[in-house]
Amino acid sequence: MPAVIEVRNLHKSYRDTVAVDDVSFTVGEGEIFGILGPNGAGKTTTVECIEGLRVPDGGAISVLGLDPRRDHAELAQRLGVQLQDSQLPERLEVGEALDLYSSFYRRPADWKALADTLGLSAKRRTRYGKLSGGQKQRLSIALALVGSPQVTVLDELTTGLDPQARRDTWALIEGVRASGVTILLVTHFMEEAERLCDRVALIDAGKIVAIDTPSALAAGVAGAEMRIRFRPSPQIHDGLLTGLPEVTSITRRGDMVEVTGTGNVVAAVTSVLARNQIVAEQLRVDQASLEDAFVALTGHGNHEEDK
Amino acid sequence: MSESALRRLTVTELKLFGRERGGVIWGVGFPLLLLVIFGNIPGFRTPVSKSVHGLSILDAYLPILIAFVLAMLALNALPAALAGYREKGVLRRLATTPVGPGRVLAAQLAVNVAVVLVTLVLLAGVARVAFGVALPRHAAGFALAVVLTIAALFGLGLLIAAVVPTGRAASATGAILFFPMMFFAGLWLPIAAMPPVLQHVSHATPLGAAAQSLTDAWQGHWPHPLQLLALAAYGLVFILGAARLFRWE
Repeated sequence: MPAVIEVRNLHKSYRDTVAVDDVSFTVGEGEIFGILGPNGAGKTTTVECIEGLRVPDGGAISVLGLDPRRDHAELAQRLGVQLQDSQLPERLEVGEALDLYSSFYRRPADWKALADTLGLSAKRRTRYGKLSGGQKQRLSIALALVGSPQVTVLDELTTGLDPQARRDTWALIEGVRASGVTILLVTHFMEEAERLCDRVALIDAGKIVAIDTPSALAAGVAGAEMRIRFRPSPQIHDGLLTGLPEVTSITRRGDMVEVTGTGNVVAAVTSVLARNQIVAEQLRVDQASLEDAFVALTGHGNHEEDK
Repeated sequence: MSESALRRLTVTELKLFGRERGGVIWGVGFPLLLLVIFGNIPGFRTPVSKSVHGLSILDAYLPILIAFVLAMLALNALPAALAGYREKGVLRRLATTPVGPGRVLAAQLAVNVAVVLVTLVLLAGVARVAFGVALPRHAAGFALAVVLTIAALFGLGLLIAAVVPTGRAASATGAILFFPMMFFAGLWLPIAAMPPVLQHVSHATPLGAAAQSLTDAWQGHWPHPLQLLALAAYGLVFILGAARLFRWE
């Protein structure tokens, strides 16, 4: 996979605070690459250096073989950007915004088709100030795509959206990737990164803590335990399962049995149950998530209020 | 790409200017309304004796109305729009596109200057056709005074946009500057009717120098070099200051 974005030893400080401290990563063509971390971790500063909005104090960045500062004009033609907290004039209509932004690019996309894809066709004559949060977000995604970019950077894509709008947006991003666009996604939502990203860079206090696929990161959590809960029908004795090497403990809550274990514990338990013709009702399996990985790797949670 | 982008940006900014209404009502409609009201007061059209050098009150007020238009658009409409764009991240967003944020600033300036010129022509035209006021008699002097006034006032507008943090603060700053500046332009008391000390102060202010230069040229004289110089100096200082201090984000 040829590298589309290459960041090497990026450093950026504001006055006396270090925002980005030696960040390096590579994004391959057609990838959805996530930068995940709490607010203030340096995510936005990193992508602003990639977009050419900020000048790094040190390190090298190459996007599509271009330097974001030196080759800004050329890169701007090929890089679509969605900024965090960037708005449009209140009285600008959706169709006018798309038409205007498409005039900026050498090879613009058909903005009417784009508006269709993003469910904005009915809103073409609506002013920006009258749009809902989700519609504004979709418009800003449309504007990021209107220049037919090869790479897009989406910063806090779904912050402030309700769960349904968030899911719709995710489906949309998967569609964009399917059309061959490389996507750099900045987020502080674990679920979003887990759902969308091929690979994730966990960033905390300006440093990269880990880079891997979301499932590999989750699986790498030390002593990751799985928890299986079910109501056996008919009821069973603990002894049936305690003998299994994968099982570490069994607890009961009413008629529910909760089994924790490691490795292939799910397969081991279900095959024992099947052999004894026991049905596991209300079966539920919890496994380590990206969130667990984050906590394990940084030593603290990702708790913060949504803005 | 870029030429059509700039044209598209300018057309868009013009539409937004129209939808914003403030600029249209206060920058265009209100001065025209004042002209029509003054023009219909019988005594205002006949020359008054010494105090205003044999001009009718209408003659004396036309340059002041032009200064009013400029102050409204340059000190209120332009800085509020630009500071609002910066506050909302419109300029930052444009910085990530091939056109860059400089062009939206250029488009805003173009729209506001164009509206000033159109309103100026409307004011002079209505005064000529409806109320028999002569057109500016010293055309070159008038053109120069208009150009320098535009430079000085839009320079100040850009400087306001450069130093205030929000669109709201820009409006407030514009409004605070508007009243004293319009006083020295003679909105409430024509410069010629001011006591000598006040006249000197007035000639040293941007809008006072503008109103006096426009009045002189209208009456057929070459504007006083000191006032033209004052306007040029203001223009230079404000524009350099704005260029130094302006931030895109």
